[in-house]
Amino acid sequence: MRDSLKLILLSMLAFAICALFVVKGLTLDNYQFFLSRRIPKILAIVLAAIAIASSSLIFQTITANRILTPSILGFDSLYVMIQVLLVAIFGGFSSIIIDTKINFLFSTATMTLCAMTLFHFYFKGRQRNIFTLLLIGIVLSSLFSSVTGFFTMVIDPDEFTFIENAMFASFNNINAELVYWCIIPLLLCATYLFRLANKLDVMWLGNENAKSLGVDTHKLTMKIMFIITLMVSISTALIGPVLFFGLIVVALTRQLFSHYQHRFLLLASAILSIVLLAGGQWIVENVFGFDTTISVIINFLGGGYFLFLLMKYKFD
Amino acid sequence: MKLVHLIAFAILVLLASSSLMLGVAHFSLADILAGDPHAINILTTSRLPRLLAIMLAGAGLSVAGLVMQQIVQNRFAAPSTTGTIDWAMFGYMIALLLFADMSSWVHLLIIFGFSVIGTLLFIRFLQRLKFKNTVMVPLIGIMYGNVVSSMTTFIAYKYNLVQSLSSWTVANFASVLSGNYEFLYIALPTSLLAYYYANRFSAASIGESFAKNIGLNYQRIVMIGIILVAVLSSSVVMIVGMIPFLGLIVPNIVSLFIGDNMRRNLPWTAYTGVILVLACDILGRLIIFPYEIPISIIISILGGTIFIYLILRDKSNA
Repeated sequence: MRDSLKLILLSMLAFAICALFVVKGLTLDNYQFFLSRRIPKILAIVLAAIAIASSSLIFQTITANRILTPSILGFDSLYVMIQVLLVAIFGGFSSIIIDTKINFLFSTATMTLCAMTLFHFYFKGRQRNIFTLLLIGIVLSSLFSSVTGFFTMVIDPDEFTFIENAMFASFNNINAELVYWCIIPLLLCATYLFRLANKLDVMWLGNENAKSLGVDTHKLTMKIMFIITLMVSISTALIGPVLFFGLIVVALTRQLFSHYQHRFLLLASAILSIVLLAGGQWIVENVFGFDTTISVIINFLGGGYFLFLLMKYKFD
Repeated sequence: MKLVHLIAFAILVLLASSSLMLGVAHFSLADILAGDPHAINILTTSRLPRLLAIMLAGAGLSVAGLVMQQIVQNRFAAPSTTGTIDWAMFGYMIALLLFADMSSWVHLLIIFGFSVIGTLLFIRFLQRLKFKNTVMVPLIGIMYGNVVSSMTTFIAYKYNLVQSLSSWTVANFASVLSGNYEFLYIALPTSLLAYYYANRFSAASIGESFAKNIGLNYQRIVMIGIILVAVLSSSVVMIVGMIPFLGLIVPNIVSLFIGDNMRRNLPWTAYTGVILVLACDILGRLIIFPYEIPISIIISILGGTIFIYLILRDKSNA
């Protein structure tokens, strides 16, 4: 099958799943209530799916490998930790926490700062072995979660219940106001990425090659890191951390399509990501009857797949 | 060497007595000596069991980590990075689901069974692969553990046990009372056995062919090691919960100071484990006094930091 045909079929599938989500069981009497609940939810899933897929894809491009993703290196848990730290520093009743917009702006700004430092720690200086990086990433990510756990314990319980909803996003707990606010920055990021796509294609040839072909790799890496940070913040703020999802989506995209151009890959991975995330959530709700969560399934499948990738990487 | 022992003993006594004295209910040494029944009651039902549980769990998990290092031949191997703890948790879940009304011995046996099988699977797998790179073992082991614990969460969701599961996993010594921690005493004979086998584990850690050359049954030593590790980890998981990274960092800290001779390291590993858990427990009780922060959070912050330091320090991975 040709790539473009596959892409068209996939987009139809994505559209069908989203439609299924919105219209199932809708009648003239209940549509107002149902739509007001369902549209933000499906929108959040779609936006987060796009953000996760694109950020993982371009992260692999600038770090020149196929197993690292921002969430495996702990950027998701970093965002959650920053949220809790903000509450611990400013208190649960300050406008930085309560006002969704200010909170998002402020935590994204802090996140950018921290993520840049973290990125520097990972990739500058001594060239480290990729497995060492992965291990550090996994340990750091559990370290961030522990710090989060620590501060949620130390915070005043009254404040905690008040901010719990804002802090720990999940598929069934979506902040509707935030969803609409995320559309604009995500669109901006996506457009910007499409404009940078040619340079990313060159970057995928390797750092040295890209340099000799006239790409300012340092500047490009910094720009891309900034976008990745924004996208990680968006997806984590919308649906919370999903450890292996980005990895699965990008790897599947590379399996399904033989393209190497980022313009195409960005689009394809975003659509595939919507299909998987929305489809997965639909299965959880309808087949498992909410008996499990999608992150459990992602951890199980993703963890297994990750193990497989490690083995393959080792023997290639 | 004498002076070191004296200092070490003094630190232990200091920490142990502050652990005994720390808590909402106050009593003094004079009350105990005077035979005040209330003070003695607090001491014997709550404070003393807690201290003993801390010491047994700290020593047990650290020794388990040391044994694991030797049989996997990797210094980042420990019950928490080889899936042992996660399998134990899975077993605990199964035991409570299917055999809830049986005695605790049955539960312990089931947990033990699961952790032996899970660890054995992992080690057999590693033996087939023979990695050169030190970080591969913990990397694959942690992922393996993640997959197992997502199975545990899946079952927990199915039977509405998610909340209980989180209270089992989060290690906390606050709930230890006399009568519910005694299984931890298993750590004593097991650690002694580990000490008895220490030289053989050391030989095994050099390599299969070396061990065979000096006339040892390599696979049997590995099996004994796995059983010892599984006994130590399953009793801790059942009574206390998961204490992440402890078995990993303690043997590494000890070997930074006194080298790699296992027979010499083992008592110090047990001692350092006790001190570390005791100190972290006291810290957890002080930070938001009179409430407590579970020790697993404190240990994982400390342990994670030390783990990252150890990885970065490891020159061979640069």
